[in-house]
Amino acid sequence: MKMEVKNGDSQLLSKLATNNEHGENSPYFDGWKAYENNPFHPTKNPNGVIQMGLAENQLSLDLIEEWIKKNPRASICSPEGVNAFKDIAIFQDYHGLPEFRNAVANFMGKSRRGKVSFDPERIVMAGGATGANELLMFCLADPGDAFLIPTPYYPAFHRDLRWRTRVQLLPVVCESSNNFQITKKALEEAYENAQKANIKVKGLIITNPSNPLGTTMDRATLRTLVTFINDKQIHLVCDEIYAATVHSLDFVSISEVVQEMEDYCNRSLIHVVYSLSKDMGLPGFRVGIVYSYNDIVVNIGRKMSSFGLVSSQTQHLLASMLSDEEFVNEFLSESTKRLASRRGSFTKGLEQVGIRCLESNGGLFCWMDLRKLLKKPTFEDEMGLWSVIINDVKLNVSPGSSFHCHEPGWFRVCFANMDDETMVVALRRIRNFVEKGEDAEVITVKKQNKACQKTLSLSTSQICDENVTMTLSYSSPRVISPHSPIPHSPMVRART
Amino acid sequence: MELLSKIATNDGHGENSAFFDGWKAYDSDPYHPTNNPNGVIQMGLAENQLSFDLVQEWVKKNPKASICTSDGSNGFKDIAIFQDYHGLPEFRNAVARFMEKVRGNRVRFDPARIVMSGGATGAQETLAFCLADPGDALLVPAPYYPGNDRDLTWRTGIQLLPVICHSSNDFKITRQALETAYKKAQDSNIKVKGLLLNNPSNPLGTVLDRDTLTESLKFTNDKKIHLICDEIYSATVFARPNFISIAEILQENADCDRDLIHIVYSLSKDLGFPGFRVGIIYSYNDSVVNCARKMSSFGLVSTQTQHLIASMLSDDVFVDRFLSESAKRLGQRHKILSRGLSQVGIGSLKSNAGLYCWMDLRRLLKGPTFESEIELWRMIINDVKINVSPGASFHCSEPGWFRVCFANMDDETVMVALNRIHKFVIQTKGSSSDGINRKQYGRSKLEISLSFRRLDEIMMAPHKMSPHSPMSSPLVRART
Repeated sequence: MKMEVKNGDSQLLSKLATNNEHGENSPYFDGWKAYENNPFHPTKNPNGVIQMGLAENQLSLDLIEEWIKKNPRASICSPEGVNAFKDIAIFQDYHGLPEFRNAVANFMGKSRRGKVSFDPERIVMAGGATGANELLMFCLADPGDAFLIPTPYYPAFHRDLRWRTRVQLLPVVCESSNNFQITKKALEEAYENAQKANIKVKGLIITNPSNPLGTTMDRATLRTLVTFINDKQIHLVCDEIYAATVHSLDFVSISEVVQEMEDYCNRSLIHVVYSLSKDMGLPGFRVGIVYSYNDIVVNIGRKMSSFGLVSSQTQHLLASMLSDEEFVNEFLSESTKRLASRRGSFTKGLEQVGIRCLESNGGLFCWMDLRKLLKKPTFEDEMGLWSVIINDVKLNVSPGSSFHCHEPGWFRVCFANMDDETMVVALRRIRNFVEKGEDAEVITVKKQNKACQKTLSLSTSQICDENVTMTLSYSSPRVISPHSPIPHSPMVRART
Repeated sequence: MELLSKIATNDGHGENSAFFDGWKAYDSDPYHPTNNPNGVIQMGLAENQLSFDLVQEWVKKNPKASICTSDGSNGFKDIAIFQDYHGLPEFRNAVARFMEKVRGNRVRFDPARIVMSGGATGAQETLAFCLADPGDALLVPAPYYPGNDRDLTWRTGIQLLPVICHSSNDFKITRQALETAYKKAQDSNIKVKGLLLNNPSNPLGTVLDRDTLTESLKFTNDKKIHLICDEIYSATVFARPNFISIAEILQENADCDRDLIHIVYSLSKDLGFPGFRVGIIYSYNDSVVNCARKMSSFGLVSTQTQHLIASMLSDDVFVDRFLSESAKRLGQRHKILSRGLSQVGIGSLKSNAGLYCWMDLRRLLKGPTFESEIELWRMIINDVKINVSPGASFHCSEPGWFRVCFANMDDETVMVALNRIHKFVIQTKGSSSDGINRKQYGRSKLEISLSFRRLDEIMMAPHKMSPHSPMSSPLVRART
């Protein structure tokens, strides 16, 4: 089957079908192709490319599997649950199963340290967070309108927020000098630029915890954002799909801030996007949620949800699972613990070879600072380095420019979609690469550090092994497969 | 500045229509044989609830189809993390195969062309996004499914232009009607991008014959516009003439441009699984397949469901038995309803498919107007206590037609409904200003007692079903 658009297509098909706004023709997919052609396997292909470009949470699925085994009623196919098959199969009410909405609201509340409660009546379903983000754009903006978005940001927003909605995205530039935090100045500047260009700004969209940064916003920043959008009377969309990848005590949800600022903020401007794809590791189930404080948006969004409802079979399963208080508490606690541990091991491993990551406490990835490995601080060099990492180091990571980062040299590297052994292999490869690079011309290394690093490198492997021991002690008895069964190229995946 | 978008504040979702009053009446007073025997009976819901016993039986015997049973749970992780928008290969294969079986294996479907969507609702919208720009139009023969307005135009910004069909020729689509509609668009400077056919038809319950399909194909080919065929009721055909898919016509007309042909499918009607949101786009146009597949990210089928369906539809023995038994039961139910109606002089369009009858109540109208139709409708809802759907909601050009669904209830409820209709017709005839004489009234009474005896003979009730769906107003349902 041909991939390119044929000659006559521009007349025959819509503009949407023939433009490139879906974003998949970008050169960044080369990394994925490299992985697909040569995927790592510990025994069958130990020299293959390790997939570290996939933000998936595979560390705690054993807990879910265990729960399922103990709760056959949650399935409409088990002998215990099959009597519900018909009622579930015919249920297409776009409000969703009441028990599903209640359970999701409960889960959301718990992962926000119980400081806020969510009203099940405001829970609206969508086709994954992909569908949720698009749905909100359709509700809040007309074609040509714009949303401000802090950089760096998740690449597929380009498609999800813009493609069929025809809404524009205007970057709010964030810089490494202050750890990529969003400043009021940057917001005002972006807003003013839009005004000058006669572009109507309808809102600001943030991701918290951030993809790709892995950082969470502090209360002060969130308050600044709420004040900003309230002043301008524009919307604030908060994509909180990584909420439970960070310990609940460390995460401040926009809902908490809205509660605090009740008296001087127009709630109708606030909307939350949620999903179970990252926090629970269930991207295949397509559970997207729109939670809006605006009654009209809830109503209209609900009507729109017809285009991407959650399968009632899946609603039924999750309603059961997430209503189990004991399970939810255990899962949230254990999952965040494992993620923190994995994050810790990985960043430590990187540190030991002089690679720093942005300090982060959430997400399924690290934001690696490889600026000193660039010959020149340019995006060409970034692509060059990236090519080396894919082809020589054999790791698929994601270059910062694919996230619209304004400074070259940053890379997102995912750590939660593999087992401990694979992580050790990856770290070893990185170490080898960095050490080899000390002698190579392509990498600039400060002379005074050379001696230091050589000494360090001897003990590095010991430390690494200790880390491995530490991480192995908590992990589940089963071996997690080091790669997903079918290549997860973002060309085909709903979300990366 | 307007806070929300135009889409959020216009009525494009279609739910502010007066037609939802019937649903509200049902919602506030739903029939139940024991708890609420005088409640409103839901006959506005095109659902197929007649063959769930077969499905449940299969599910019980095939625990591997679930990722939650002890037999299937080892597959849980791989399924839960799979989000490839091509879909599980076994799912695509099974759906393609199923579609072939429904068409008597007269055509082949390529699994690589199967694209998922959020139900047929999502499929329609996605195709509209792929084929037309805002302001462009699709021709749609009327009467047509009301949800088309929302699905095809709300967020896409395209328009639907009706192709008027008349009862005088059983609402068949004529070449002339197509040409008229096309010319009208041209004259108004509206760009027509395609024609949408619904075969079998909702609300008519008829299948398109070979001539109509061929003529439609030639028409769209001549004009170089798309032909979208919504075939979601294809396995609800219970009597001759056989269902002919556009896929077959395409096979017979190899010189037609295949890039213009697209099929919409779903498991909501044929299998009775509207909750599972299994929508399918099958396009013969490579670029459309590719584009729609990228768009499917907005409404993929849950992998848990893909896995179940893949298993179920790969079971040839089950599928063959289901298709045959389901059609049989639909046919029986259709017969009971249409005969029951004709016994009180209510005709319905001769149909052999779908989950409903297209009732002719023109004689019961005060006058041949849509106002009379609404009046009659309100009477049916409030006095007869049956929710049916008035023809105007289907954009029918002639007043007096009503769609009445028959497959979403058990046998007893059908009897109750017919009983109420009989009573109503008698009353209407008796109090009509035309002055129906006593003789007729007497005769009618006799007809009723005879008819019930006959109904009892006809009716077979091998299984019990719930008399109403839990919460099924189209105010909330994806599709009616």
